[in-house]
Amino acid sequence: MKKVNVEINGKKVIKDIPDHTLLSVFLRDILNLTGTHVGCDTSQCGACVVFADGKSIKSCTAFAADVNGSKITTIEGLAKNGKMHPMQEAFKKLHGLQCGFCTPGMVMSAVDLLQNNKNPSDTEIREWLEGNICRCTGYQNIVAAVKEAASKM
Amino acid sequence: MASLVGSRVERKEDKKLLTGRGKYTADVNFINQTFAYFVRSPHARAQIKKVDIAKAMKASGVVSILTGADIANDKIGGLIAGWRIKSEDGSDMKVPAHPPLANETVNYVGDHVAVVIAESLDEARNAAELVKVDYKILKAVVDTNKAMNSDQIYKDIPKNLCFDWLLGDRAKVKEAFEKADKIIKIDLINNRLIPNAMEPRAANADYNPSTEEITLYTTSQNPHLARIIISAFNGVAPENKLRVIAPDVGGGFGSKIYPYAEEVVCSWAAKKIERPVKWVADRTESFLSDCHGRDHVTHAELAVKNDGTFLGFKNETIANIGAYASVFATVTPTYLFGPCATGVYKMPAAYTNVKAVFTNTAPVDAYRGAGRPEATYTIETLVEKAARELGMDPAEIRMKNFPTQFPFQQTLVHSVDSGDYVSGLKKAMEVADYKGFEKRKRDSASRGKLRGIGLCSYFEACGIAPSPVVMMLGCGIGLWESAEVRFNPTGNVTVFTGSHSHGQGHDTTFAQIAADQLGVPIENIEISHGDTDKGPFGYGTYGSRSLTVGGTAIVKACDKIIAKGKRVAAKMLEANVDDVEFSNGEFVVAKSNKKKTIGEIAFACYLPGTYGEVKSPLPEGEEPGLKETSFFDPANFSFPAGSHICEVEVDPETGETKVAKYTAIDDFGTIINPLVVEGQVHGGIVQGIGQALYENCHYDNTGQLVTASYMDYTMPRADNFPEFDLGFTCTPATSNPLGTKGCGEAGAIASPPAVMNAVMNAIGTEISMPATAEKVWKACNQNKKKNSEAA
Repeated sequence: MKKVNVEINGKKVIKDIPDHTLLSVFLRDILNLTGTHVGCDTSQCGACVVFADGKSIKSCTAFAADVNGSKITTIEGLAKNGKMHPMQEAFKKLHGLQCGFCTPGMVMSAVDLLQNNKNPSDTEIREWLEGNICRCTGYQNIVAAVKEAASKM
Repeated sequence: MASLVGSRVERKEDKKLLTGRGKYTADVNFINQTFAYFVRSPHARAQIKKVDIAKAMKASGVVSILTGADIANDKIGGLIAGWRIKSEDGSDMKVPAHPPLANETVNYVGDHVAVVIAESLDEARNAAELVKVDYKILKAVVDTNKAMNSDQIYKDIPKNLCFDWLLGDRAKVKEAFEKADKIIKIDLINNRLIPNAMEPRAANADYNPSTEEITLYTTSQNPHLARIIISAFNGVAPENKLRVIAPDVGGGFGSKIYPYAEEVVCSWAAKKIERPVKWVADRTESFLSDCHGRDHVTHAELAVKNDGTFLGFKNETIANIGAYASVFATVTPTYLFGPCATGVYKMPAAYTNVKAVFTNTAPVDAYRGAGRPEATYTIETLVEKAARELGMDPAEIRMKNFPTQFPFQQTLVHSVDSGDYVSGLKKAMEVADYKGFEKRKRDSASRGKLRGIGLCSYFEACGIAPSPVVMMLGCGIGLWESAEVRFNPTGNVTVFTGSHSHGQGHDTTFAQIAADQLGVPIENIEISHGDTDKGPFGYGTYGSRSLTVGGTAIVKACDKIIAKGKRVAAKMLEANVDDVEFSNGEFVVAKSNKKKTIGEIAFACYLPGTYGEVKSPLPEGEEPGLKETSFFDPANFSFPAGSHICEVEVDPETGETKVAKYTAIDDFGTIINPLVVEGQVHGGIVQGIGQALYENCHYDNTGQLVTASYMDYTMPRADNFPEFDLGFTCTPATSNPLGTKGCGEAGAIASPPAVMNAVMNAIGTEISMPATAEKVWKACNQNKKKNSEAA
């Protein structure tokens, strides 16, 4: 067992967990933060993306113990005071989601893109999101939403 | 109040999905939860000699281990094929037994052998490793083309042949071919695909020993169908003791229409051990055990006159349906395929012959478009080839053979109520700047690239479907749809629909319809679906049917509400019912200022009395309450159609093919929400381009699935695509009052041939899907060799 001491969406969490607990399992099954999704287990689909100390990581291939001491932000922590993040607003306005399963990871990755590049081109957006698979939208409205969010942030 | 139908209304469901508050089956946990892990066959074909669970039973946390023997002892029925197909010789199709847990033989890698149920998933998985299965390995049948001449998989199914089906008239086709100036022939493989909804399948079944009721949460497009199958065929529990809930569902594309072994086993096991049993597929399990799509081998011929007029068409197809006949496995390559095989054309004579074969691969069933993409790929690549061989422009040969009079009696089955194929193609050519292609080609050539252009004109039969027609053709169920519109006493509305959204936005588009019909603000309308205990029975979402069939049921139920509202308003306003008009949510007495809002009427219906006197607002004999149900069975299918034009740019040095430009002009009849419809088209196009350029399910010759992860199966990703140009034409459907036709499958139907025609146009060689860099590079190199030899 390992003691994990992290801050998740602004709240301190201390838990004893089995050594091999994945961050995605820790979030979903232990903390009931089920907004983070698991669409594969090989770091390919990106549905599980969360922030660790402000950077996007794939939580399905990180041990919870490895982020000990970090500040974690999940999709549940992105909205502030009941107001959605501009990226979430843009996805809603431009229909950047359909079934919603890839969406939490997609939104987190897209937010991280804008942290790195305030005004990305279509190509830069598409290349950045290459690690997030969406089966529904054909990506077009996701790209449009990221541009919209960039213009609002 | 402005009409919401036709507006780009933002989706009501998005906020929860965007903030992590969606609730998918894997998010559901019960108190006292147990976890299931399936022991699956590692062999494509084997006899089970012995299943030894003794050691596994002693492992940490194990609650129960159940095998095929247990399921047989409990007389749990097998999984079913839902559509009965007859062969050309009149004999019935042949299907093998499909027990939810294999008893004597396993027939594909991933076939279910046993289930281990434990206190945690880790413990279940670890114990599953200890289940010892003694197999006698048999030679697997894998190849679609060779299946009929391979070892016989099932004792009673000679040549591994499920059926040998014919639609059309061989003699008439022979006659037509004798009159032809030219016969164009093509051999095609429609590559096998794995649907890959991003949410892996899952089930969580809870048994309540007090009520003896099972509640099954499942990733289903069709919870009512799951309930009736698990009750009536698997015999797990009577329908009134089985509640099926499909909460938020993360995509389906056909693969979640029907229940699988896992749902049956979890429900049965939960009752047996009196604890909730949860199973969630990992991605490799999804690859192995979700039903796959496509997998046809086709030889087709088109008889033409020198001026490009089509005279006849024949299609000989072998369809691989995998190891067992899944629910829609037999209709997909027959009635969903054959009638559309002649495409959007006048075709005086045609037949389609399909031999469906069993192999030791995962079952194949409906996948986005189901049969219609395969049909369209065949005819549209053949037509393009005809244009090449006749030296005609591919657009011209299409225009020449389009019907211009509607209703159009299509060659094999359908009476197409409406359409305008000429305008659609013309508009596509204009938007795509068809005339400017040569200039763009020169520009590509100047950069060392080969540019190609490809067309596809398609129609499809969807909005499935008239129950008497489909049942006559062998369907085991009706295909109507239900709606219940329930006014609550305070004037807001809950609409129950038997269809089910798994990404299509029904919460919004159905609410738009109800809002317009009832004159109630959209915020006050809740769409309820996915729970068999809430709304009436329905047939779910697939075949682009939810809006045309389910949406119409909502309209009809609203009509009944308004009819009752008029009667009540007439009584309350002391008017003749024929003088009461309804618009914008108000019942108004003609030529007066007397009116009641629909909210006031609802209130009166639920509180039918008056303080201080005995007086009811309801006419004599009228029942209290305001709630109406409608079951709508359409008179015909609906027939979306359109033309897509693709341009690709091929790098002959690497073989890499890029979609450079893509135009889609579709006729979906009336559009309720353009935002949602465009999204459906984008997604469909990408899935189709995925089939054309990237995706391929590959089994090796022993039946091992080689492409069982995202490292091996190429999913289309954001950086594979340009921005698509979309446009619409509109000829409203006449078979439903909304005039809608359905839009969910069109993109996946039209894009594979458009892309492949473009690739072949670019490189000048026929090539099979997916046109991977390796294949294209080889083709380019062979061309180079040929050219240098010729020189």
